[in-house]
Amino acid sequence: MILPKMIMKNAFRRKVRTGLTILAIAIAILAFSLLRTVITTWYLGVEISSASRLITRNAVSMIFPLPLAYYDKIRHTSGVREVSYGNWFGGIYISEKNFFANFAVEPKNYLDLYPEIVLPENQKAEFFRDRRGFIAGRKLAERFGWHLGDIVTLKGTIYPGNWDFVLRGIYHGRDKNVDETQFIFRWDYLNEIVKKIYPSMANQVGFYMIGVTDSHLSADVAHEIDAMFKNSPAETLTETEKAFILGFISMTEAIVTVIRIVSLVVIVIILAVVANTMAMTTRERLGEYAVLKTIGYSGLQLATLILGESLVITFAGTLLGIALTFPVAKFFSSALGAYFPVFNVAPSTFLFDILAGFIVGIAAALIPTRQAIAIRIAEGLRRIG
Amino acid sequence: MAVPWSYSFRNLFTRRLTTFLTASGMALVVFVFAAVLMLANGLQKTLVQTGSYDNVVVLRKGSTSEVDSNIERDKAAVVETLPAIAADEKGEKLVAKEVVILITLPKQGGGSSNVTIRGIGMKSLDLRPQVKLVQGRMPRFGIPEMVTGVSLAKRFNGLTVGGILRYGLMSWRIVGIMDAGNTAFSSEIWADADQVMQAFRRPLYSVVTFKLSDYNRFETVQGLIEGDPRLGLQAKREITFYLEQSEIMAKFLRILGISLTVIFSLGAIIGAMITMYSAVANRTAEIGTLRALGFQRRAILLTFLVESLLLGLIGGCMGLFFASFMQFITISTLNFQTFSELAFQFSLTPGIIFGSLGFSLIMGLAGGVLPAVRASRMNIVESLRTV
Repeated sequence: MILPKMIMKNAFRRKVRTGLTILAIAIAILAFSLLRTVITTWYLGVEISSASRLITRNAVSMIFPLPLAYYDKIRHTSGVREVSYGNWFGGIYISEKNFFANFAVEPKNYLDLYPEIVLPENQKAEFFRDRRGFIAGRKLAERFGWHLGDIVTLKGTIYPGNWDFVLRGIYHGRDKNVDETQFIFRWDYLNEIVKKIYPSMANQVGFYMIGVTDSHLSADVAHEIDAMFKNSPAETLTETEKAFILGFISMTEAIVTVIRIVSLVVIVIILAVVANTMAMTTRERLGEYAVLKTIGYSGLQLATLILGESLVITFAGTLLGIALTFPVAKFFSSALGAYFPVFNVAPSTFLFDILAGFIVGIAAALIPTRQAIAIRIAEGLRRIG
Repeated sequence: MAVPWSYSFRNLFTRRLTTFLTASGMALVVFVFAAVLMLANGLQKTLVQTGSYDNVVVLRKGSTSEVDSNIERDKAAVVETLPAIAADEKGEKLVAKEVVILITLPKQGGGSSNVTIRGIGMKSLDLRPQVKLVQGRMPRFGIPEMVTGVSLAKRFNGLTVGGILRYGLMSWRIVGIMDAGNTAFSSEIWADADQVMQAFRRPLYSVVTFKLSDYNRFETVQGLIEGDPRLGLQAKREITFYLEQSEIMAKFLRILGISLTVIFSLGAIIGAMITMYSAVANRTAEIGTLRALGFQRRAILLTFLVESLLLGLIGGCMGLFFASFMQFITISTLNFQTFSELAFQFSLTPGIIFGSLGFSLIMGLAGGVLPAVRASRMNIVESLRTV
């Protein structure tokens, strides 16, 4: 077959132009991959959340607590395997810029409920022994250079004052999608201090985390718990961890939508660049197409020639872009660790990359192909340059 | 002597499709650049307009938002007795002790979000002259009634006059809708503070707001409040307080926008470069002729630079034209800092216009420099031979 050979020769005839086009596509594909990764990261919590865990919180809103007294009632609900509870702390480490998630939990059941948080046995024992102890994710400890036994002070925003904690454990994620930037300390320590400074806020729990015996029972258990506290001063809202996290995300929906739109804009930008390259190329070669027609090439073959060239260029760019995604994503996750605790490029992103490259390649060749097919032989031969 | 400007301009016009495609690429980059800055700016503008320069907010020391803050009744009473608080014509002090909480409400079209409920005092409305009632009436004190901001009424279920919300074992009747323009109050629900405290079992105030009799006395009052160790409170000008509420989100939007557009602009610059290289290549003979006519290398360089700058300017104007329509769009989302819903508009400023045009010229320049240098370095004899 002579066509593929011609396509390749044509594609790289103008080396500077083709090279620049490939580079532009690569940059766009890179930007597109990163934006898609931001979106998948946003939804990551949903994916890794467990269907057999429930979250119970105050029905009014997240800022209202629930009484600790609910613990026993929830624990004895049928279908409930284990219950832990916690409070969002919202403390600041030195300055607001150093943001990371920090919260207090009842530690023993919490670590059972969340097997994805992997902690060495001796560190676990230390954490259970020291009331002021806390555990930190590997990335968080690395970020601030904390070592076991270090004292870390957080400034409270919800709970006033300076709070000292001792690092008793550094956890790893069971797989790479687990957030390794959390700061987890003991609820009994929090409650002890709150009792002294804010007696009215003592024995209050921000949320209950519930493990059910069988994930099929989740809906029934949730329903039963909420029914139990109906018409009480603190009504509850129980949902699966997945629904809970989705609820969070839906509040920031507008931002996700903006990022989605912007990720499409970059594809359109690149479409304009590639379409321009193809338009210039065919304009220059209209004379050649007339010659090819003269020696018997059909419209279909000409179309293949132009489309093939467009696809060769876009695919070269797409592949380069995908290759660049890996090092850049790595750089991103280390530079922006505070905003994105986990920043892994999902395999589906590459599928979207290739799809986007394919669409751009075809769309860019449409107008030039029509021009080349429509041109009359005599007219084409008469053209110069 | 310089080549006439019309030469550059007419070249762009002759190759319309290419000019249009290249300029479109740049227009999109400028559009994203302008739109994101407008968004960050709109957020900030909304929160800045929420505050008044001569109002002071008093919060618990260390708290970053009204919801975090707790002020016991006796401490609030101390603040009320401070000097320098303005009085109205009846001689009553313009001070309001307020409680601020969040509730979760279902949004129209699915999902739910956190909404601010402000338990207000007798003088709350006088302290916020921006707030205008557009429908119904203000809630009466002593009974569970609410007035809702117009931005919320548009986006959440059941927030219409006559609607009933059940919270804290009480039924709240919505008796009015208020419009506070582009301010955060348009995204709030107001009700009697004592009713809110009772229903939601929150016996503490969140914030005390008062108007200064003389706005120069802020430092004195601040010293009095923050210097008293028994209070443990902090005072801020209302305008500063609301500006701070927008900082994290505005910064997030700006960093996102600028880093995106810098990456995108590389694509558009390359697009301009491709166009200009081909413009130079196709006109080799012309360039040779111009040189033979006596135009200097500098003149040729300038001509092609002007052409690519024009290309950038066209892209910039196109992008700004479409971005300016974004001003009609209102976005409502969760403000990370207050953790509550806030509606705001895209807002275009002269700074953003000049920034965007400057940005588009830089893109044009960056794309045109190398091709223009190549054009200016062409050898006269060789280039004339290409005809």
